[in-house]
Amino acid sequence: MKAIEAHGLEKTYPGDVRALDGMSFSVEAGTIFALLGRNGAGKSTAVKILTTLSRPDAGEACVAGIDVLDDPDAVRHAIGVVAQRSGVDRDATGRENLTLQGQLYGLRGRALRERVSELLERFGLAEAGGRIARGYSGGMQRRLEVAMGLVHRPQVLFLDEPTTGLDPEARTFMWEEIARLAGDEHLTILLTTHYLEEAERLAERVAIVDRGRIVVEGTPESLKGELRGDAIHVGLDEPESNGRVHAALERLPDIRELVLDGQSLRARAGNGAAAIPSVLGALEAAGVRVTAATVSRPSLDDVYLRYVGRAFDEAENDTKEVS
Amino acid sequence: MTLLRHSWSMSLRDLRNLVRQPWWIAISLAQPLVYLLLYSALFKNVAEIPGFEGDSYLDFVVPGIVVMSAMFAGGWGGMGVINDLERGVLDRFLVTPVSRGALIVGRLMQGAIVTVIQSVILIGLAWAIGADFPGGVLGVLVLIATAVLLTTAFGGLSLGLALVMRKEESVIGAVQLLLLPLMFLSTVFMQRELMPGWIQAASRFNPADWAVRTGREAVAANVDWSVVMTYGGSLALFALASAWLATRGFRAYQRSV
Repeated sequence: MKAIEAHGLEKTYPGDVRALDGMSFSVEAGTIFALLGRNGAGKSTAVKILTTLSRPDAGEACVAGIDVLDDPDAVRHAIGVVAQRSGVDRDATGRENLTLQGQLYGLRGRALRERVSELLERFGLAEAGGRIARGYSGGMQRRLEVAMGLVHRPQVLFLDEPTTGLDPEARTFMWEEIARLAGDEHLTILLTTHYLEEAERLAERVAIVDRGRIVVEGTPESLKGELRGDAIHVGLDEPESNGRVHAALERLPDIRELVLDGQSLRARAGNGAAAIPSVLGALEAAGVRVTAATVSRPSLDDVYLRYVGRAFDEAENDTKEVS
Repeated sequence: MTLLRHSWSMSLRDLRNLVRQPWWIAISLAQPLVYLLLYSALFKNVAEIPGFEGDSYLDFVVPGIVVMSAMFAGGWGGMGVINDLERGVLDRFLVTPVSRGALIVGRLMQGAIVTVIQSVILIGLAWAIGADFPGGVLGVLVLIATAVLLTTAFGGLSLGLALVMRKEESVIGAVQLLLLPLMFLSTVFMQRELMPGWIQAASRFNPADWAVRTGREAVAANVDWSVVMTYGGSLALFALASAWLATRGFRAYQRSV
């Protein structure tokens, strides 16, 4: 069963800012799914639409089997949202924040009091619950936000960049808590992040988002598996034009997927260590001066770079054809 | 029912946050008190002007100050939503099943409660320094109800404005620009017959003046209830229109998200 289905979502903000450009993906119930991308890639806009805060210009989406445009109110009952901007009432205590949140979902009386205490306990806020949230640390505030998103036991939880701005210790705590949520409560979690490590560690499936579209999707393992061989990174002394570098390296047998971005050259090779001398030799022969060279095993970082890099190239080709 | 329950939860939240800011309470009471104690003393001799009806400026000006304070309280009522908006609190509410109406009604109810308290303090103090309310308890209740209507009307306007402008400085500017002239183009401080003709004419279209007329009539010795009904009714319509404007403000905000 699918807990989230998005199809062809489009959204343009005033000033011709195209936030979503035909985004489609689906999330299996009871799993963690990560939307991975840079700031401004369209992750938060997708979350706003799926959580009924915003409406798409085109496309459709269902959450927990309910159409977000036809019946937003039913969707709101089924989801919990932890937005990127805090949303905690800083003039109220942790307990008051949770209590009001519960009231908005129709919880009352003893059931509400018990649920609030349970969540404060679980997120390590039992002692701080009576204090005004203004005095909370970043990590405590984030934990309170997640607790607030869970107060009504939602089926689907949206976490928009849950660990951005947290120190490493608070981040680790949050990761453990998120992993536990999916395990214990059979929640479906949609997570957005720009930390590759976070997506790799938490999510069963990852979709890479760039310019309002999903460029590639799969399990972290399968995405990495697609990158045969090692990643080579060469730093250049000065920005180079595509033509000269390509011409120099094209003839080398083991080199694939060249991406040149200013002074940074990335490529892929079956055996990176063996390929380095020939790459450096070819560059030197072409008169390109090199400042550094590294070889590494593929990581999700490389997946990101590869697909977003390719998307850049394709976009350029498109414009050329039009003009 | 849900609307009322949610509105009440929202009002309680706003009231609680307000009570935690003692400075805010002190400041918002200071201005009306200055008017009540100093203004009425300074202009005491206005009652001597030929053509002034009645013999006490204090009696005359108290309903005006109650109404004026309610108007300003309402005018600043939208400021809280800007804070919520910047902090992401409003977005959090909008993705819960809370009825959109409760976000407006809750705020307006909170404003109404604050205005009742403010009016009771002002009237009590006025009575203590010798103001007369010949209309009795009923008259005073009508005066307070009028203040509530006016604060609700300007609260709705202010909320709508805040949701469209989304900047504290802009809203402060707009509210000042709107309320100061409304205060002076009315019978808050001066009897109609003693005002220049053009101000008399302008005051006819001024909701603040409708409220002063309603309230002042209600606490007078021989109440003409038709005056109370006419101006009170216009005021109620105006309040409804502002609440509607506030809902438009919410739509505009949601379209921009």
